[in-house]
Amino acid sequence: MRASFVFSEVLTGLRRNVTMTVAMILTTMISLTLLGGGLLVVRMIDKTQAVYQEEVDVNVNLTKDISANDKECTQDTCADLRERLESDPAIEAVTFENRDQALVRFKQIFEAQPEMLKLVRADALPASFHLRLVNPDRPEVISQTYSGAVGVDSVVDESEFLERLFSAFNGVRNLTFAIALIQAVAALLLISNTVQVSAFTRRTEVNIMRLVGATRWYTQLPFLLEAVVAGLVGAVLAIGLLVAGKVWFLDTVLGGVFASGVLSPIDGLDILLVSPWLLLTSIGISAVTGYVTLRLYVRQ
Amino acid sequence: MIRLEHVSKVYKTSTRPALEDVSVVVDKGEFVFLIGASGSGKSTFLRLLLREEVPSRGRVYVANFDVARMARRRVPRLRQSIGCVFQDFRLLNNKTVAENVAFALEVIGKPRNTIRKVVPEVLELVGLEGKSARMPHELSGGEQQRVAIARAFVNRPLMLLADEPTGNLDPDTSQDIMLLLERINRTGTTVLMATHDHSIVDSMRRRVVELDLGQVVRDDARGVYGVGR
Repeated sequence: MRASFVFSEVLTGLRRNVTMTVAMILTTMISLTLLGGGLLVVRMIDKTQAVYQEEVDVNVNLTKDISANDKECTQDTCADLRERLESDPAIEAVTFENRDQALVRFKQIFEAQPEMLKLVRADALPASFHLRLVNPDRPEVISQTYSGAVGVDSVVDESEFLERLFSAFNGVRNLTFAIALIQAVAALLLISNTVQVSAFTRRTEVNIMRLVGATRWYTQLPFLLEAVVAGLVGAVLAIGLLVAGKVWFLDTVLGGVFASGVLSPIDGLDILLVSPWLLLTSIGISAVTGYVTLRLYVRQ
Repeated sequence: MIRLEHVSKVYKTSTRPALEDVSVVVDKGEFVFLIGASGSGKSTFLRLLLREEVPSRGRVYVANFDVARMARRRVPRLRQSIGCVFQDFRLLNNKTVAENVAFALEVIGKPRNTIRKVVPEVLELVGLEGKSARMPHELSGGEQQRVAIARAFVNRPLMLLADEPTGNLDPDTSQDIMLLLERINRTGTTVLMATHDHSIVDSMRRRVVELDLGQVVRDDARGVYGVGR
């Protein structure tokens, strides 16, 4: 097999068919960008979940009275409650946070949104116990036990909020996957069509090749490679788009959220890990589509 | 070299067989005319030899290949041992004369050194030395057919199939093409030529196999086209 011959045939084919080639590359690119985006969201969810799984807390918010008057939790109501919590076998660790500490933490989280800070005064935040559970999967038991206790204003189960957050992420992920799938179908049809058009425009060459005894590889490899090259270019562009999207969109718009630790950021490593899958998917799909098309439409 | 044994071919779209119980043997080095009216089965005959079609019944042998039954992946091997020339030349218009001839070798993976050596040789054989850089549209019909013959012969096939090679040419040019085919035949290459051209068949006095409605109606060792046809 003469590589230079096949290579020059591929280039000729892509050039001759340039509008179709561009359409094929762009569709592949969009499809793969969405697929990559979806995969990145999955990674982000996983990482964020892992972080929260470790830190998922149940907060026992104390009444206004205790919040205002018992800064060190030394008075009876608060101290009794703390003792009860600390001796509960379902609870691993108990941390007391008074109103001032709560404000400091709040300021950290909303550093990027000064308008939020203006709205909140220190006396709006309750003092609270942060509970680290022995079994983080079952926060509702704690919630039931301490909800009505003396000095307790409310029991806030962070995992409920997280579940809502994650289900929103999962929705985003599913949506990107669904659109990626639709785009993939379009890309598939375009690849198939391009291969057919390409084979048709070169039917004279192909016929001569067949007659002089060229093997199937020689006659059809150029068409197959055309599809694969276009798919590869589409994948590389998609990876470029993901990087650009991270730098110019995610890091700019969600930078504050990432910095506060509410969400785990998507970093370069994530994109690096997703990229090989995009390349492989693209090569695989374009090669298989091209091969099947040639089998079905081009006679040997 | 070529052996057809009781070969019939019925196309799916037709009720009448294109070939019916045809048995023909062509020896190595023979020059054979295949004649008959349009639709008599000449093209089907040639297509069977190339395995462009498989027979509905019977056996086809070309060189050492059992053509109808051979594995698909061996078909290129068969076709490499057969050169083909057509009425419409089938040249690639975006390639020069030399490139057209070289193409036949490139696509079967011949090394570049070989190609550089044999292409000028075969162009000289067909009388096109000095025209290797021309494009097909700059050549006359006769010259274009010479290019096609050069391309068919450059790989030194065992046999040359010519499907009405003079169909688009004037009588003088046709005569030149026939001389060329005769020359190729003298190198030991079997030549099988389908034609309508009375004068050529009559002047050459070679073996004539006549087909009519898919059947062999005549096989003369030194025949003419036929009286009243």
